[in-house]
Amino acid sequence: MSALQAVALLVVVAGGTAVALTPDPLRQTLLLSIYGLALAILFFVFQAPDVALSEIVVSGVGLPVIVLAALRKLAQDRARRDSEEESSS
Amino acid sequence: MTRRGRLALFAVAGPGLLAVLVVGLHGLPSFGDFHGVYGLLVDRIEPGQRHATDIVTALNFDLRAFDTLGEEFILFASVTGVALLLRHLRHAEGDLERSRSVADHRFAGASDALRVMSLVLIPLLVALGVYLALHGALTPGGGFQAGIVLAAGPLAILLAGRYLALKRVAPQWALEALDAVGATAYAAIGLGGLIFASAYLENFLPLGTPGELLSAGMMPLNSIAVGLEVTGAFLLTWTEFLDQDVIVGRDEL
Repeated sequence: MSALQAVALLVVVAGGTAVALTPDPLRQTLLLSIYGLALAILFFVFQAPDVALSEIVVSGVGLPVIVLAALRKLAQDRARRDSEEESSS
Repeated sequence: MTRRGRLALFAVAGPGLLAVLVVGLHGLPSFGDFHGVYGLLVDRIEPGQRHATDIVTALNFDLRAFDTLGEEFILFASVTGVALLLRHLRHAEGDLERSRSVADHRFAGASDALRVMSLVLIPLLVALGVYLALHGALTPGGGFQAGIVLAAGPLAILLAGRYLALKRVAPQWALEALDAVGATAYAAIGLGGLIFASAYLENFLPLGTPGELLSAGMMPLNSIAVGLEVTGAFLLTWTEFLDQDVIVGRDEL
C-alpha cells in the first residue's frame, strides 16, 4: 500500500467518524459532502476512477441537495404548525 | 431507549461487528494482487473480442448488460416513486395560497461571485458529461457517470439562485421524457441483439478499431441511453425535492 493510499484511508476514517458524531443535521450534510469528496479521492488512489467519478457528484452534490431540501421542508412545516397552534390557542 | 441503554447495546454489538469484520476480511488478497479466473477472463475477452478499453464499462454494458437493465429500472422505479409521493404531498397541502411571486424565487444569498462561478461551471459540466458518455468504452466513465455530471450542469443554475431559470431550462415534462426515453432505449438496444444477433443484449454492431470513438460495438449507444436516463432521473428527483421548498404554482412557470 502506498503512502497516498494510507493517507486517503485515514482521511476517510476521520471524515466518516466526524459525520457520524455531528449532531446538527445541517452541519452533518455539509460534512457529508466533504466526506464524499474524500471517498472519491480514496476510490481514485485505489484505481477505481469509474466509481470515483460517480461518487463526486452523487455525494458531493446529489445527496446534499436532497437532504437540504428535506431539512428546509421540515423547518417550514414546523414553523407553520407552531403558528397554527398559536392562532388556535 | 435511554442513552445508557444504547451505549450498553453498542458495547456488545460494536466489538461483535468488529470481530466478524476482522474474521471476514482476514486473508483477502492484498491490493492489486488479484489472481481470480474471472478477472483474467474479463481482461482477455473485453479488449480482444469487444474492442473496449475501459473494462468497467465493458462489464456493465456487455458481460453484465442484463444486470444493468435491472439497475436502470430500479433507478426508474425509485424516481417514479419519489415523484409520486412528493407530488401527492404538494397537492395535499393546498400550497397554491403559499406560492410566492416569481421575483421571490431567488435566494438573497447568491453573490456575484457565486453567479459567475455557476456560469463557468455549467459549460464545463455539460462538456465533461458529453465526453464521459461518448468515451465510456475507452476511458473511465460511461453512462451513469455521464448522466450525473450532465444533471449537475443545470443544477449549477440553482447556485446562481435562479431556480425558475432551472425549471425553464429543464421543465418537468422534458425530464420525465428523458428518463423514460433513456430507459426504453437501453431495453430497445437489447432487442436489437435479439433480432440481429443470437441473444438479448448481444452485440450486433461492428466492433471498430480499439481506442477509436466508434468502437466496442453497441457500448457507446448503451452509454448514451443510460446517460439520458440518469440525467433525467437525477434532475427530476432534485427538482421534485426543491419544488417542495420553492413552491411554484403551475401557471407561474
